[in-house]
Amino acid sequence: MSSIRVLVGTKKGAFVLTADGQRQSWKVSGPHFAGWEIYHLKGSPVDPNRIFASQSSGWFGQIIQRSDDGGLTWSPTGSRPEDLVGPDGMPKGEGNKFAYEGEVGTHLWYDGTQHPWEFKRIWHVEPSLTDPDTVFAGAEDAALFKSTDAGRSWKELPGLRSVKSHLWQPGAGGMGLHTIILDPTDPKRIYVAISAAGAFRTDDGGNTWRPINKGLKSLYELPDPDTDVGHCVHHIAMSPQRPGVLFMQKHWDIMRSDNSGDLWSEVSGNLPSDFGFPIEVHAHEPETIYVVPIKSDSEHYPPDGKLRVYRSRMGGQEWEPLTRGLPQQDCYVNVLRDAMAVDSMDPCGVYFGTTGGQVYCSADGGDTWNAIVRDLPAVLSVEVQTLKS
Amino acid sequence: MRIRVVLPFHLRTLARVNEEVLLEVPDPGTIGGVLDALEAQFPVLRGTIREHGTLRRRPFVRYFACKEDLSLEPVDSVLPDVVRQGAEPFLVVGAMAGG
Repeated sequence: MSSIRVLVGTKKGAFVLTADGQRQSWKVSGPHFAGWEIYHLKGSPVDPNRIFASQSSGWFGQIIQRSDDGGLTWSPTGSRPEDLVGPDGMPKGEGNKFAYEGEVGTHLWYDGTQHPWEFKRIWHVEPSLTDPDTVFAGAEDAALFKSTDAGRSWKELPGLRSVKSHLWQPGAGGMGLHTIILDPTDPKRIYVAISAAGAFRTDDGGNTWRPINKGLKSLYELPDPDTDVGHCVHHIAMSPQRPGVLFMQKHWDIMRSDNSGDLWSEVSGNLPSDFGFPIEVHAHEPETIYVVPIKSDSEHYPPDGKLRVYRSRMGGQEWEPLTRGLPQQDCYVNVLRDAMAVDSMDPCGVYFGTTGGQVYCSADGGDTWNAIVRDLPAVLSVEVQTLKS
Repeated sequence: MRIRVVLPFHLRTLARVNEEVLLEVPDPGTIGGVLDALEAQFPVLRGTIREHGTLRRRPFVRYFACKEDLSLEPVDSVLPDVVRQGAEPFLVVGAMAGG
């Protein structure tokens, strides 16, 4: 019998939602880290009871929390007596130390000048597919960090920021590295995406990187149609069953690549708007993808006040609205880039959270939806674990 | 000397302590000495009051004592006698910000 654990990060804490495989009756645990922004939580595929959480505050900065019991109890990494200790025998307390390697460098600022990199927060944590002690973290200002000691200490993979980073610039929400995808068939291949720098790929475990933005067009933001960095990529999704195929929700446009990001083509098709934030792939059907169209970059809510998930069963171009159980009038919430996920049950479950505090679940691949909870703080992220119990 | 330190709610939760902690601080009892002792006793607070590396005060954290704002004082400033004697606490405060 399988069970489901949904990890929800919000503006004011984390929540853990659990249900059996039927996904009808839910228990809600939280708020964990009450009052703090929880940008993201994610469990280790190797040890599902190990969960990492990014906890941050404008006052007190960044904390990384770790649970080793499925979210029942938590500890800040690197601060326990058994953790890394300094010469005085006390913990070094470096689980929240994200230091840029070498010369910090500068990136493009809003006024066209160069601006020094400044660490603000971790947007996304991505546990390794093979080692429970290895985890990656995506930072604002954009950089990729790696821990090989379960979050006790972090080291930047600086090769990423050598890729024309003087042309990277913050999006309206900051210059965050928000997407980290590990290739299950090639441990040296990693994809990342940054707002507003674009998508990048390493084929050597993170030492060297190259931009993978050919085919993206951002005519209003980037007049040069051939520029290879500076694109505002909102999210990328990949089916683990078919790692070479990527789907992207860009600022505007839904894109796909059939060659690991070497070339992208637009598949927005008949969507009512191709602006949006999340994109996800069905767990068992690699050509079935989901997006949540948002009216525009100036109006971050669904077109016509109707909350509609759109599903394509053809890998894009032809889309159908999924509305059963979702509000179809007077709805003006947003769904953020990391706030959609799928489980691996059959039928596949699809989940998303809104800035209005609702977390919706579809236990039938998107045909019908139910709200698991309706009144959480604004949801920043949703991840799902399918547990064998 | 033993100095009383009052932490804001979120840092108390993080350090798993009550409102006030008592710290052994070396002479002569400076702002920096208190913060060093605080972080040594509660490593989880490293990076939350002062930045890692530079040890600069985070922008929205303030230091108060004896109804005075000491946030802009040099970190090697000696604290008031009543704080060094334990009669008054040293306060770490989350500044009002954000509307």
